Amino acid sequence: MRIGYFGAVVAGAVATLAPAQGSAADKVKIGFVTTLSGPASLNGQHMHDGFYLAVDELAGKIGGLPAEISKNDDQAKPDVAKQIAERLVKRDQVDVVTGVMYSNILLALYGTVVDSRTLMISSNAGPSQVAGKDCSPYFFSTSWQNDQPHAAAAISVQKAGIKNVALIASNYQAGQDAMAGFKSKFKGKVIDEIYVPLNQLDFSAEITKLASEKPDAIYAFVAAGGTLPFAKQYVEAGMMKQIPLYSAFMFNSTTLPAVGDLALGARSAAFWTVDLDNAANAKFVAAFRNKYDHDPSVYSAQAYDSVYLIDAAVREIKGHVEDREAFIKALATVRYDSVRGPYRYNNNHFPIENFYATEIIKAADGHPIEANKDVILNDDQDDYHKQCPLN
Amino acid sequence: MLNLTLVLNQALNGVQFGLMLFLFSAGLTLVLGIMNLVNLAHGSLYMLGAFFAATIYSWVGSLPLAILLALPVTFLAGVVVEFVVLRSFYQRDHLDQVLATFGLILFLNELARVVWGAAPLNMAIPAFLSGRVELIPGITYPVYRLALIALGLLVALLLYLLVAKTKLGMLIRAGASNREMVEALGVDIRLLFTGVFGFGAALAGLAGMAVGPLLSVEPAMGDGVLILALVVIVIGGIGSIRGSFVAALLVGLVDTVGRAFLPGLLVTMLPRTLANAVGPALASMLIYLLMAAVLLFRPQGLFPAARG
Repeated sequence: MRIGYFGAVVAGAVATLAPAQGSAADKVKIGFVTTLSGPASLNGQHMHDGFYLAVDELAGKIGGLPAEISKNDDQAKPDVAKQIAERLVKRDQVDVVTGVMYSNILLALYGTVVDSRTLMISSNAGPSQVAGKDCSPYFFSTSWQNDQPHAAAAISVQKAGIKNVALIASNYQAGQDAMAGFKSKFKGKVIDEIYVPLNQLDFSAEITKLASEKPDAIYAFVAAGGTLPFAKQYVEAGMMKQIPLYSAFMFNSTTLPAVGDLALGARSAAFWTVDLDNAANAKFVAAFRNKYDHDPSVYSAQAYDSVYLIDAAVREIKGHVEDREAFIKALATVRYDSVRGPYRYNNNHFPIENFYATEIIKAADGHPIEANKDVILNDDQDDYHKQCPLN
Repeated sequence: MLNLTLVLNQALNGVQFGLMLFLFSAGLTLVLGIMNLVNLAHGSLYMLGAFFAATIYSWVGSLPLAILLALPVTFLAGVVVEFVVLRSFYQRDHLDQVLATFGLILFLNELARVVWGAAPLNMAIPAFLSGRVELIPGITYPVYRLALIALGLLVALLLYLLVAKTKLGMLIRAGASNREMVEALGVDIRLLFTGVFGFGAALAGLAGMAVGPLLSVEPAMGDGVLILALVVIVIGGIGSIRGSFVAALLVGLVDTVGRAFLPGLLVTMLPRTLANAVGPALASMLIYLLMAAVLLFRPQGLFPAARG
């Protein structure tokens, strides 16, 4: 009896340990979270399409293993996101959570995911907390820290020889951060700062005011539903030709089909553009256009990269996703064909990457695209990485 | 900074905004005043109107024609909503109506997303209405916004004639002041209700169609307007078209002028960072302060329907 019992325990223990020591996991479980319903779902849809394009290209296999993907709609609501996180890590026990459009959603998911030793790969949101003091080895970004594009835009404005700017932003956290990011790098004079409510759609009062102040340029971050109305009204007021408009994330493939030629001439800064010249990007853009019949946006590009990053890392560790330390090391160091060109990871697991000056121009076939004009920053890294204790 | 040109320009902006608010609020105040129905989904009809016009515009290529064709479609959509959903809620209390029409908002927003997609639709400003025109030497103003002012004034005039000079208008006024009596006099109140609701829907839709080329036509575009319209009908007096005309202009002007000049004024008095924080918040609060002040002195609104 005794020996039999002992034997059973040993046999059981060997059986449990065997997969961990011997062969790799038989599948990779991924929780994909993005915003697919409500007014903020357009960006989320772009992210979704980029993600599934990559998954389809890999024929549903990530790092050579069958991928089990659960798709989740956070509805842009932090409480919903929190529940999704609990379900993904506790019930589904996924290996990786990825996607995530908005910073408030990321912060709602973040603790639950990284505390359970699950990998979190953000395909867009990059709040300062996660880049700085609350950084985690389990977190990676395929985008940028929220301040970076605005700081890059400031340098681009600076390089254009502009002395006076007026700022206009949506009055919420990201809008204020955007303006702070811009001001931190802009050496000229900020002659006015206008903050508008997030749900405002008519900007006649603000545009009239901006016109009367006659700045050399305007830097705008009018988010959410305000982007398109602001663009239309700015052009309709005859401002685009008089005062150059710089902005971040207002004019890209999500809004250009609606804004159309009105956005021609608008300038910005970005880490990736549709026309960025490298083989991986050419393949991505062609495949995306072919599948969805419109251009990909940064959100599609970031999600597409996330899949290939996970794919390369899982391949590197030969499918041993349960060995989290090796998985993290692989994610941080592995090389894959990113659509932005080669980049490497900082200590806080945000990319160290280039930023480009962009301008909305007519592509060869006549439709407006955000085109890459020049490199503004080489190997840019965010300021928060110094506050992150990881190395 | 505070020159006359700028003030005039902003006042025009305020009038234009106010007139669009009036188009939207007129239907809401009628429905609430006559049918005693709290219709939170009024913004969804505004959205539907804009979508109908945008779709028809893309087929026919002419904005005025698209609006003319989209109006009856929006009227019908209003009639369908009234017939299918709201008819059974007239006898229920206001809270039930709030719940039902809030549900309608969610349903119609998602319906719009399923049918037209989440991406905003573009309605181009027609060539003959684009650009700017010089009003008096030194003051130019966008032609399209001038056209909106003209449209708003025209509709206001037609509404006035309809309500003050026709039999239908008489019934509408009578319905707003004493519904039971109108019913007792043998008027088919059901038909009147359906008609008024469809008419209100068409007005809301017209507002959506008219601002479509300036804003973006997308799901949930009507949600924000509703709050402003509620402020307008409370200030104007529930059920009163005249009240909502005056109140809409007042709200439009106060909101626009407040947004334009208040932050600048604060900067001269407060430190920059504080002014940046307080200015926008205070500017967007102004219309609610206005509403509170009106309610304090005239709790029934400026033009209560029973007397006006």
